[in-house]
Amino acid sequence: MLAQQFVNAISLGGVYALFALGFTLVFGVLNVLNLAHGAVFMLGAYAALQGVVLFRLPVLAAIVLAMVVTALAGWALDRMIFAPLRARQAPHLAPMIATIGVAITLTSVVEGLFGAENLRFPIQMLPSEAFSLGGAQITSLELKIIFLAFALMALLLWGLKKTRIGCALRPLAESPKAAALLGVNVEGLFSATSIVAALLGGMAGVLIALYSNAVFPHMGQPMLHKGIAVVILGGMGDIRGALLGGFFLGFAEVFSVAYVGSTMRDAVAFGLLFAVLLLRPEGLFGKAEQRRA
Amino acid sequence: MKSTQILGGVLLVLGCLGGTSGAAEIKLGAAEALTGNASQYGAPIRKGLELAVSEINGSGGIHGAKLALIFEDEQGKKEEAINVFKKLIFQDRVLLLFGPTLSNSAQASDPVAQAAKVVVFGTSNTADGITSIGNYVFRNSVTEADILPVTLKIAGQKTGFKKVAVLYGNDDIFTKSGYDNFRKALQELRVPVTTTETFAKGDVDFKPQLTKIKASNADAIVLSALVAEGAPIMAQARQLGITLPFIGGNGMNSPRVFELAKDYSDNLWVGSPWSVENPASENKRFIAAYQKSHGALPDQFAAQAYDAMYIAAQALKRIKFTGKLEADRSAVRDALPVVQWSGATGAFKFRQITGRDGKPAGYDAVQTAIVMSTKDNRYVIQK
Repeated sequence: MLAQQFVNAISLGGVYALFALGFTLVFGVLNVLNLAHGAVFMLGAYAALQGVVLFRLPVLAAIVLAMVVTALAGWALDRMIFAPLRARQAPHLAPMIATIGVAITLTSVVEGLFGAENLRFPIQMLPSEAFSLGGAQITSLELKIIFLAFALMALLLWGLKKTRIGCALRPLAESPKAAALLGVNVEGLFSATSIVAALLGGMAGVLIALYSNAVFPHMGQPMLHKGIAVVILGGMGDIRGALLGGFFLGFAEVFSVAYVGSTMRDAVAFGLLFAVLLLRPEGLFGKAEQRRA
Repeated sequence: MKSTQILGGVLLVLGCLGGTSGAAEIKLGAAEALTGNASQYGAPIRKGLELAVSEINGSGGIHGAKLALIFEDEQGKKEEAINVFKKLIFQDRVLLLFGPTLSNSAQASDPVAQAAKVVVFGTSNTADGITSIGNYVFRNSVTEADILPVTLKIAGQKTGFKKVAVLYGNDDIFTKSGYDNFRKALQELRVPVTTTETFAKGDVDFKPQLTKIKASNADAIVLSALVAEGAPIMAQARQLGITLPFIGGNGMNSPRVFELAKDYSDNLWVGSPWSVENPASENKRFIAAYQKSHGALPDQFAAQAYDAMYIAAQALKRIKFTGKLEADRSAVRDALPVVQWSGATGAFKFRQITGRDGKPAGYDAVQTAIVMSTKDNRYVIQK
């Protein structure tokens, strides 16, 4: 049972981390608490599902479709919501409130188009051979989910460290004005960040949809709550924090079910989170003068 | 002479108009979850009610008067249910109303109807305590208290389980009350429980609980869940290599199980008064008519809503309308309890229950359960 719960926790934690990465990225760079991130997560799941059901795409192509759709959503979110608000120097809360509106709109549109009921990927499309690994039953699908989650995370970390865009993000997170003076294309980077964040959120949606066999319009809501918790735990805007926080929550949830009781799943997970914050109010990696992103 | 003739003619016409508009329409209300998560149950309910209304109106209505059904969306929320109940009762002035979709909402909104002395007819509320709200509260949805012991007993005989694990949703009045009834029945049958696990509405990951259940060496899994969570639970269990039988409540009796847990749906046991496989002629006619008008197979929610409308129609046929709303509303209440009906869900009658204060309260359904198990994406009737 231990081995199996370990596999469960890794897959779940990977998805949480992926979701939280996008969330924390937007916060770190754009300084916006993006409450539409849950809806983008849901959009990714629906895009992949419709790709499979409507256009009869193979799973991999459907995932690419989901990437295109969520990237577009991220771009539109920045251009239509964040950019105009930035230009008007709207107060801090305005973009956050606006993203609530975006979330409601996206959820309602999807509900109107595809209905409120649960949907799932057609089973024969999914790889389902199961391996026994040290007493754990692990499907090739789960392996792929874990692999994809880690690959995306590694790609993001590498991109932030080694690419020009990644390097330009750091002064941007510090001060957009100073970055602009240094010749950084600030608006372009804001858009890029929003796109990458939406991509990560959308991918998390696709993976959880594959993992759990459940796609429904409101699936982003519980995820959003968990994402906020993870990001606060890791330190707002901190990439490593989001990664570790995601796995922390995954493990906390799974092992509280295993050893405390499923009634206590959220109580234990969020209780632990509370305890960590009591000891480190700034989050695992947050420092008062820490640079974001 | 001429002017009096004209006047007479005008009066005659007016008289006719007055007469027809009084008898032409009987206003009924339905408060169902048409949007939001619960609309997966509210939508088939709406279709079932509409199908029955169009059939009844097509064959002459209620002594010539047509049924007019006003739908309001209660979104599966308590507050909304109270709001739309008030609108239907006080603004639209309906004669009786159907709904709401969830037991959760019924607990909140049915007292509004009771206080206004309007019959509220639940077609999908199966939790305990709904009809004890008062004597204007009716339902034709059979309670899980009646169904689950029968399901457990027959599933136990056929699969031979000795000990079971229990998994239920603990934040929903329907699945929680299903759990309470399962627990009671398991105690009566003296079946030991290896572990009791819970989940919450909207959860998508059930593998930690299922892993624990697998390790507990149970012979079967007793599951109190709605399809939205129940189907992924079955799929995830099979992916974890758990082949145990599932014994489900009312919520798992839907052909949607086969869409959502396709190829992972075998060996699920459910009990219900309605089955898509039931070959009774009323049921076959209902299924054919439903498929014709909606292009999809009905589920239990549609079947019960369809029957409810016919049951209400039988009561309406018995009363003499006075044109006074209050008097007509109480006439409906007095006529409804004696109705007996044989529809898509089989032979039906009401049974008055005793409220918490010991006085006679609302009315529950009396029906026989059909126990089914699933094989190759179909229900197979076992009894």
